[in-house]
Amino acid sequence: MLTLGIETSCDETGIALYHGERGLLAHALHSQVAMHAEYGGVVPELASRDHIRRIVPLIRETVKMAACELSDVDAIAYTQGPGLAGALLVGASVAAALAYALNIPTLGVHHLEGHLLSPLLEENPPAFTFIALLVSGGHTQLMEVGGVGRYALLGETLDDAAGEAFDKTAKLLGLGYPGGPALSKLAEQGTPGRFKLPRPMINSGDLNFSFSGLKTAVLTLARKHAPDEASRADIARAFQEAIVEVLTVKALAAVQQTGHRRLVVAGGVGANRQLRAQLSGAAQRQGIDVYYPKLEFCTDNGAMIAFAGAQRLRHLNTQDRRFNVRARWELNQLEAV
Amino acid sequence: MNILALDTSTEYCFLALRLDGKTLVRDVLAGQRHSELLLPLLDDMLAEAGMRLTDLGGIAFGNGPGSFTGLRIACGVAQGLALGAGLPVAGVSTLLALAEGCGGERAVACLDARMGEVYHAAYEKRGGEWQTVSEPGLYAPGSVPSLDGGGWVACGSGFAQHGEELLERYAGQVARVDADLLPRAEFIARLAAPVFAAGRGADAAEALPLYIRDKVALKTSERI
Ligand SMILES: Nc1ncnc2c1ncn2[C@@H]1O[C@H](COP(=O)(O)OP(=O)(O)OP(=O)(O)O)[C@@H](O)[C@H]1O
Ligand SMILES: [Mg+2]
Repeated sequence: MLTLGIETSCDETGIALYHGERGLLAHALHSQVAMHAEYGGVVPELASRDHIRRIVPLIRETVKMAACELSDVDAIAYTQGPGLAGALLVGASVAAALAYALNIPTLGVHHLEGHLLSPLLEENPPAFTFIALLVSGGHTQLMEVGGVGRYALLGETLDDAAGEAFDKTAKLLGLGYPGGPALSKLAEQGTPGRFKLPRPMINSGDLNFSFSGLKTAVLTLARKHAPDEASRADIARAFQEAIVEVLTVKALAAVQQTGHRRLVVAGGVGANRQLRAQLSGAAQRQGIDVYYPKLEFCTDNGAMIAFAGAQRLRHLNTQDRRFNVRARWELNQLEAV
Repeated sequence: MNILALDTSTEYCFLALRLDGKTLVRDVLAGQRHSELLLPLLDDMLAEAGMRLTDLGGIAFGNGPGSFTGLRIACGVAQGLALGAGLPVAGVSTLLALAEGCGGERAVACLDARMGEVYHAAYEKRGGEWQTVSEPGLYAPGSVPSLDGGGWVACGSGFAQHGEELLERYAGQVARVDADLLPRAEFIARLAAPVFAAGRGADAAEALPLYIRDKVALKTSERI
């Protein structure tokens, strides 16, 4: 069974071909980051305009890389939500029409399910049940994953998402958009321990997060210290240490509370090197296995959508040719497989 | 040659299947439900004609101006169908579609562009073919390009929204007003027929909307 995956929920056009037995055959991505950077953030209308320019060439490129033909595709999975409605509609339109023309079924995939299952694309995938730390631009959640579609929320952010906190803090420090990778790079040059920032909610006793206070603390620090390069790097370092420590402590607490010995990290912030190092170190000491997706599959991509779709073949839409998108869509509304 | 045409640039979902000798059409008031209606209507229309996609010679769509999201639904569907069935595509201006549908030989087409503006173009038929007199553009109703002579058919939603101001601008030049005229798929199919017949259809990847309104956000460097 060959599934074509199409992701257009935000600012990356991602296409992939996943084969039930042979695994991921090929994937291609076009990132709009450079385009939106000039605007200081994602402009939804421009995102949609770019998706529709990129999608057909990327599909062709992916099919070519996989050394197959469009006619070999058995099903098309597209991101149905959540995300930017106009951007989602581009992927949905092309997916539904292409599937109609090829006389194959379609499947609308939940974007966060794609992120959550992305570590299963790796060579030694974790077995269910595992704990997932989902840290992306829009979400920070701890979940107990009992199987495909079986997600119990253990805790989440009460305000900013981790990626959002990285982006906003980067902006405060005068770094461009999107700030996460830039801030992380700057932090590597910083002196550990020169500044100390609070660890919000670290002793709250639950598995929730709060990151909006951190950026205020960063702002205060940034105002107090001359805007020299060294101080900025030190502040970035302090910010990253604070956020990484909170994420690490809470993720391991979730593992301890539930007794599952496997932890999966997904979403863009999962690409952060310090987070990976700290989490892996602490987990190893406690005998917990940590699983990450490849760096390129931390942020949005078509591979995770093709894969998540392939896990839901029972939910294939074979006859109904209507399509729609769900800009808002709670993960707990998904059916278990 | 059999041609499929789609338009979702307005609140209607328009489809037409132009066959030798007759044209099947589907017109549905869709509101925001174009994505739910489009493919089932197409399937139904093909079934009525006893045809499959691969029996077509090309897919035409209204490429704008109009609702941005609507333009992308028709465009995305045209791309997907064309890619899957190996067919050429032709994007047809919704303003030209109004001219084609207006029944006259000189057309000034205006679509309401919201925000107090109109999309505007003017066309004249010479030797059985439409010539562009005034390129599609975005204007305040009071500053649309001037036209020469009379006998113009004023058509499109722009004349419903800003009729008074527009007609004042063209005082004495307008023969007839058809503000309710819509860019129907049968007009688009008619305009696309010679394009496909001449082998000038485009590849699926080249089928793109023409928004006209291109300034949709300010760059950081443009903000004060
Ligand atoms: N190395 C890194 N360190 C920290 N943050 C990073 C790093 N790389 C990426 N990010 C952050 O990850 C986020 C993007 O991740 P992702 O693409 O998963 O989120 P999204 O798709 O925008 O949001 P969602 O999936 O929740 O809708 C951005 O906020 C970005 O700054
Ligand atoms: Mg994402």
